[in-house]
Amino acid sequence: MKPFDYIRADSTTHATRAAGQGANFIAGGTNLLDLMKLEVMAPHKLVDINRLDLHQITEVDGGLRIGALVSNSDLAADMTVRKQYPVLSEALLAGASGQLRNKATTGGNLLQRTRCYYFYDTAMPCNKREPGTGCQAMEGATRLHAILGTSDACIASHPSDMAVAMRLLDAVVEIESAGGAVRSVPLSEFYRLPGQTPHIETVLEPSDLIIAVTLPAPAKGAQTYRKVRDRASYAFAMVSVAARVQMDEGTITDAALAFGGIGSQPWRNPAVEKALIGQKPSPELFAKAADILLADAKPQKDNAFKVPLTRRTLIATLKELCGKDAA
Amino acid sequence: MKTSLTINGTEHQLDADSRTTLLDALRNHLDLTGTKKGCDHGQCGACTLIVNGRRINSCLSLACMHDGDEITTIEGLGQPGNLSDLQDAFVKHDGFQCGYCTPGQICSATAMLQEVKDGWPSHVSADLTGDVDLTNAEISERMSGNLCRCAAYPNIVDAIRETAEGRK
Ligand SMILES: Cc1cc2nc3c(=O)[nH]c(=O)nc-3n(C[C@H](O)[C@H](O)[C@H](O)COP(=O)(O)OP(=O)(O)OC[C@H]3O[C@@H](n4cnc5c(N)ncnc54)[C@H](O)[C@@H]3O)c2cc1C
Ligand code: SF4
Repeated sequence: MKPFDYIRADSTTHATRAAGQGANFIAGGTNLLDLMKLEVMAPHKLVDINRLDLHQITEVDGGLRIGALVSNSDLAADMTVRKQYPVLSEALLAGASGQLRNKATTGGNLLQRTRCYYFYDTAMPCNKREPGTGCQAMEGATRLHAILGTSDACIASHPSDMAVAMRLLDAVVEIESAGGAVRSVPLSEFYRLPGQTPHIETVLEPSDLIIAVTLPAPAKGAQTYRKVRDRASYAFAMVSVAARVQMDEGTITDAALAFGGIGSQPWRNPAVEKALIGQKPSPELFAKAADILLADAKPQKDNAFKVPLTRRTLIATLKELCGKDAA
Repeated sequence: MKTSLTINGTEHQLDADSRTTLLDALRNHLDLTGTKKGCDHGQCGACTLIVNGRRINSCLSLACMHDGDEITTIEGLGQPGNLSDLQDAFVKHDGFQCGYCTPGQICSATAMLQEVKDGWPSHVSADLTGDVDLTNAEISERMSGNLCRCAAYPNIVDAIRETAEGRK
């Protein structure tokens, strides 16, 4: 690890000012320290934000405001989340391990970096780690890589489970910048597609501190999170589906779907949802939804399996939710 | 970085480079070598210990971030002649072969049983809001952050289940 200075922020103003001067925030540290040990990231100064007052979950306007420092464990165990937003609890519990979830924070989870093997290996070219050096993953090992939203500069996937559920739930990110101004950015506009600048992953400016994530009042319908991975626990998603389906007298009256493991960011495609709404569930309908989702898929040799796997996982998820409510 | 840590009830003062992880602080600065270093990247769980009642990977946490925290390591759970229930059960059930992952397993299981008491659901819980029935599947899922290279898993699960059931 490269040497760095360490300071502890005593206010959000203090934290954003330090970040504006080039320091990096550290929250749970479970991603940042991992990357610092490998010198994939080498901040010269860390601002520890853990003692800021951002640990609360509060009910607001029928929805929920989740402080940026709420741990993944506390969020998954929160009774309101379990009852009103079960897809979020399920997604969190499907990620990492008990130990990691105790440290991992809401803000840090949204900002965790890709698990692309070449991004982690400083001996390899990588446009995300070192812009302009190339992408070693193309034609390489791509089991964890994306098939949607990629570019010819980067095919990395976003690894978060939590963010997929939050994307489904129309979460909004509350951001404070140096000077104290606070703005809200819907999660749908928070991540940036890689294009030719895969090193720029979100709309955040250097001094921007995530202070909270808000969820609107829970929408109607059954929710679920289905994750497919290489082992039954403690592994990143090959494919995951967060879904909400509302049924009325055998017709799908509302549907929302978000995907993990296959997109350069937590993935959502309104056209897929539109195709389902107002229709009666059937194998043909589900196949059509999968067709729309995967129409622009760009698999590599190594991860071509993700196209049929995504199709089957989506269909299984829809069957589960439509069946449950239709019955 | 000057850091004050309360470890197993005793206050320790540390003055180490900011890069020092909690794991390295214990092993290299404070002579508490019960906590083990495996992968050093949060993947194996050998370094698991308990901070303010919660299990964490001490390799992915900086010592300086823990100023004022209460830390429990395997040394603090029990000692020869005065073992904790879980330590006892691991011995009885042969919950190890080489023993390297054992401190992490036991610290992890100790805090995990508290999570169960607190009603936390897991990925395999059938019902997110119901009572937890600590089946073997539940134990395996909740302990998946602790790898055992000797694969003593069946015995580890037995030891944990027996402790949870209060039998000895
Ligand atoms: C072995 C292993 C397995 C894992 N498996 C999974 C998995 O299956 N699914 C999954 O989803 N995740 C998984 N993870 C990743 C884990 O969820 C993340 O490491 C964690 O969520 C990051 O949160 P943190 O608080 O520790 O972030 P940190 O490491 O502290 O920070 C990450 C980044 O976010 C920035 N940051 C943090 N908080 C803020 C804030 N409030 N405002 C602005 N910037 C901020 C930091 O500067 C840093 O750049 C795994 C991790 C490991 C090590
Ligand atoms: S896929 Fe992206 S992160 Fe991976 S090597 Fe290519 S540029 Fe780097």
